[in-house]
Amino acid sequence: MFETLPSDWLWGLTGGFLIGTGGAVFLLANGRIMGASGILGGLIDGSGRSNWGERVAFLLGVFALPLLLLPATDAVDTHATTNLPILIAAGLCVGIGTRMANGCTSGHGVCGISRLSLRGIVATVFYILAGGLTVALFRHLLGVI
Amino acid sequence: MPRLFFAFLAGGLFGTGLFLSGMTDTAKVQGWLDVFGTWDPTLAFVMGGAIVPMAIAWRIADGRKPLVGASFPKPAEPKIGRNLVLGSLLFGVGWGLAGLCPGPAIASLSYGGWPHWAFFAAMLAGMAIAPAVRTQLDRAVPAE
Repeated sequence: MFETLPSDWLWGLTGGFLIGTGGAVFLLANGRIMGASGILGGLIDGSGRSNWGERVAFLLGVFALPLLLLPATDAVDTHATTNLPILIAAGLCVGIGTRMANGCTSGHGVCGISRLSLRGIVATVFYILAGGLTVALFRHLLGVI
Repeated sequence: MPRLFFAFLAGGLFGTGLFLSGMTDTAKVQGWLDVFGTWDPTLAFVMGGAIVPMAIAWRIADGRKPLVGASFPKPAEPKIGRNLVLGSLLFGVGWGLAGLCPGPAIASLSYGGWPHWAFFAAMLAGMAIAPAVRTQLDRAVPAE
């Protein structure tokens, strides 16, 4: 049934722990919720002008650390689709959706669920449901992804 | 200055975790969503691993003040509004289509190649028009 190796799960657990530790630092030090869509979106629509420096510093960390780690690892293939219309439609959906819902996988998922926030749990159920149906439809019925 | 340092540290931990966990690999994310194909449970381990330190942090935060920030965020009203549901559904569609969500989209920019930049640019455009979409929706179908 599973084709992934348990080592993938171990890396998942390790990486997940680092993600949660990042969220813990942002909360306990700065008193802020680590939500990627909110931190970035606030810079884009201007709602986060009052603390833009903190946002930029956070985003710089997210961008730069993988770049620094890259030489220590084998070539990374992200298996992203090269279908441009799909990429654009997906990006628009993620951009509009996360800002409408006020959060994504990090804010609602990691930070919300760990606080037993009803909103975080409901959001996570709906985006996983929609994601699952989308993959079923576009991969298995239409065969485009 | 300390705020910027801790923000960079938090972002760095987040980016490192996304990179090591394989969550910038769109095949693993779509594999998690693909319950009718070869299901890949890795994302559940990432979520589980992330929720543990975060749950501890919420407990530590209780009744205290942040190290350098003003105050901890208050819990949001447990209101399940239309925007939360519709927005999450829309987000899920995009997440399933490309296998990318905002965090991994940023973390993978340096090595994912042009498809990641195309997704990222479209995501920024979506974020820019989101307030207008919200306003239009409220005008067409007023929320309760």
